[in-house]
Amino acid sequence: MSLVTAPRLAGKRRVTPGRVLLVVVALTVLLSLLRVLTGADDLASSGTLRATLVAAVPIGLAGLAGLWSERAGIVNIGLEGMMILGTFGAGYFGYFYGPWQGVLGAILFGALGGLIHAVATVTFGVDHIVSGVAINIIAAGAVQYLAALTFTGVRGGGQTQSPPIDALPAISIDALSDPLGELEAKNWFFVSDGAAVLRALVTNLSVLTLIAILLFVLTWFVLWRTSFGLRLRSVGESPASSESLGVNVIRYKFVAVLISGGIAGLAGGFLALVASSTFREGQTGGRGYIGLAAMIFGNWRPGGLLAGAGLFGYTDTLRLRGGGESIHGLLLLVAVLLVGLAVWQWRKAARTAAIVSGVMGVLVALWFLLSDSIPEDLTGMTPYVTTLLVLALASQRLRPPAAAGQTYRKGSAG
Amino acid sequence: MSPRTTRVVLAVGAPVLALLMAFVITSLVLLAAGDSVADVWAQILSVPSHRAIVNIINAATVYYLSAIAVAIGFRMNLFNIGVDGQYRVASFAAAVVAGEGWLPGYLNTLLAVVAAVLVGAMWAGIAGLLRVTRGVSEVISTIMLNAIATALVAYLLRKVAVDDGGNNTATKVVPEESRVPGIQLFGDVTVKVYGFVFLAALVGFVYWFVLSKTRFGFDLRATGRSETAAVASGISVKKMIVVSMLLSGGAAGLVGLPLLFGNDYSYGSTFQSGLGFAGIAIALLGRNHPIGIALGALLFAFLDEQSNSLQIVVGVSPDIVKITQGVIVLTVVIAYEVVRRYRVRLEQRQVAAALDEPATIEEAKA
Repeated sequence: MSLVTAPRLAGKRRVTPGRVLLVVVALTVLLSLLRVLTGADDLASSGTLRATLVAAVPIGLAGLAGLWSERAGIVNIGLEGMMILGTFGAGYFGYFYGPWQGVLGAILFGALGGLIHAVATVTFGVDHIVSGVAINIIAAGAVQYLAALTFTGVRGGGQTQSPPIDALPAISIDALSDPLGELEAKNWFFVSDGAAVLRALVTNLSVLTLIAILLFVLTWFVLWRTSFGLRLRSVGESPASSESLGVNVIRYKFVAVLISGGIAGLAGGFLALVASSTFREGQTGGRGYIGLAAMIFGNWRPGGLLAGAGLFGYTDTLRLRGGGESIHGLLLLVAVLLVGLAVWQWRKAARTAAIVSGVMGVLVALWFLLSDSIPEDLTGMTPYVTTLLVLALASQRLRPPAAAGQTYRKGSAG
Repeated sequence: MSPRTTRVVLAVGAPVLALLMAFVITSLVLLAAGDSVADVWAQILSVPSHRAIVNIINAATVYYLSAIAVAIGFRMNLFNIGVDGQYRVASFAAAVVAGEGWLPGYLNTLLAVVAAVLVGAMWAGIAGLLRVTRGVSEVISTIMLNAIATALVAYLLRKVAVDDGGNNTATKVVPEESRVPGIQLFGDVTVKVYGFVFLAALVGFVYWFVLSKTRFGFDLRATGRSETAAVASGISVKKMIVVSMLLSGGAAGLVGLPLLFGNDYSYGSTFQSGLGFAGIAIALLGRNHPIGIALGALLFAFLDEQSNSLQIVVGVSPDIVKITQGVIVLTVVIAYEVVRRYRVRLEQRQVAAALDEPATIEEAKA
């Protein structure tokens, strides 16, 4: 039954180029307003936006990896570990063979983590969370061990990091970038912010960023527009019914987790090859978990996931750019959103929820008015607090794949 | 073999098989990397020195508390990944309370322990409340709470830190008379076993007693096994979720205390982290049984301690044992699952055989 209605439901929120453009324009207006109101100019500079792109790609890819496996019904807490494996794969192959081989190495190492997860959860029916935790432990240990083995005594490298790796090509369109920069410097409402957005996209854009964006489109297409994708998702919703219709459940789950591992590895590779130019131990810094959070934030859909990754990447960037003041500006936005939510909930007759969000909104507004800046340590928790809030406020509207986390054994269809 | 011996053999066989598998896989990794397999195992499996034995017991004490905290959740079918964050905030709170020294001597210690338990329980309680009121999976919320705890404690630490002249930002030092004295196990080494080793043993006993011998423990295990059955017998599942999350968090609050009162005497940026994840591994290894967990904790501590000198003696990075530890988690769970499936098949065969026999007799009669 759910298989039949699923595509029609999806149709309601179809992503069309027009809608994407509308969202981008709306966001730009919002940022622009916020910048003018709070006076935090760095909120919408092209530097911030470019850095956001770099910060959002690994989070987005990690989330995409999670999406592939959860859509097939396998919960993947091991994303962090697979990303760690990916950073080393990129460091090893990137340094010894070249940056493109580094990309392949990252995917390969990540897929290796995916293979372990698939064998444990699909073949042996191990609890998905247990396997994920184990993979995180194994990956961290393995990479520390391998890095010490590989890079100790290599010139420019060391026990915990690789020597610098050659950069992947980046695309810059100077003919557009320079005039846009002039426009941005004028600080005009909306126009300058729009210029900043465009400029971030045409200046020094890494090929891997482009590939990541393409992967999003490809994932959406494959999972929602092909019969392969339909079968894969059906395996995550109701494996018994899929099997009764002739789908090889075990094989689909296996493939999904392998792809998931590969993409997570690529996310790690991006950190080593693009976000910096070396492999370093502990480079992932919990981004696998943030990716998972972005996926949940996006309600297990690529579009929402992209928004989550963008949001988390943005807050992370503001923090790194010494943005206690910038994030302080965001408080105003959060307060307005919460109060708006409260009004909406009140009209929907969800009185208790409305009061909770209303009180939180007022508290955040007070915080904004009574302080000038947010301490650096606290800005780091933005993605996590956001996710908890989203889960707490919207969990009734979230819809994870129905069979996610359940172990399936061949022949259960009876 | 009689059914009973089969059961015993299978129960002991699974963990042994798992350890062997982990041993083989680690050896394969060493082999592939070109390190000497024999030298590494010779070093790890050598007889530990007196100093090493004390260190192993101390590390195992901390692991044990962490694993018990995780196991409380497991028995209730709750996955408390947040022990890491819970003991972080709790240790910090205990360190602040103990450092202030509002009460004299051991009363101060007691106050700090109570503070740690309450704060740990509160932090875990957030996840419990989110689960019962908003349906948020405790796995996700505790992961988020871990990260929030890290940021929050870093922020608060900077606020309350005292300047000790070094680089280490830390809370006020616990007064001498509130520290927990260690036990001198060997005369020839200065390191002592944490006095809080008894606390760990007590926690293990209470865990066993409450879960196996009380009505509450029965309710908790029943709810963990089958929620619908629990509801049918009049147990409030929501209440059980919140209570077991609070208990798990309270136990997690104790994790950092042996370190605080027996070794560090203050909470600083170098305070040991990551104990929560080891706890998950050990709870799985010990099958949530208080004795099993103790053995698992000792094994993990043994591997940690014995690998310390690998770098110097054999020239191999000690991180190799982390691979072993992670692999053990997987192989243990897989081994138990394989044994469970085998046992089910065995039972089915026995039942089938038992059903077959009278049938043939009756056929013979007819």
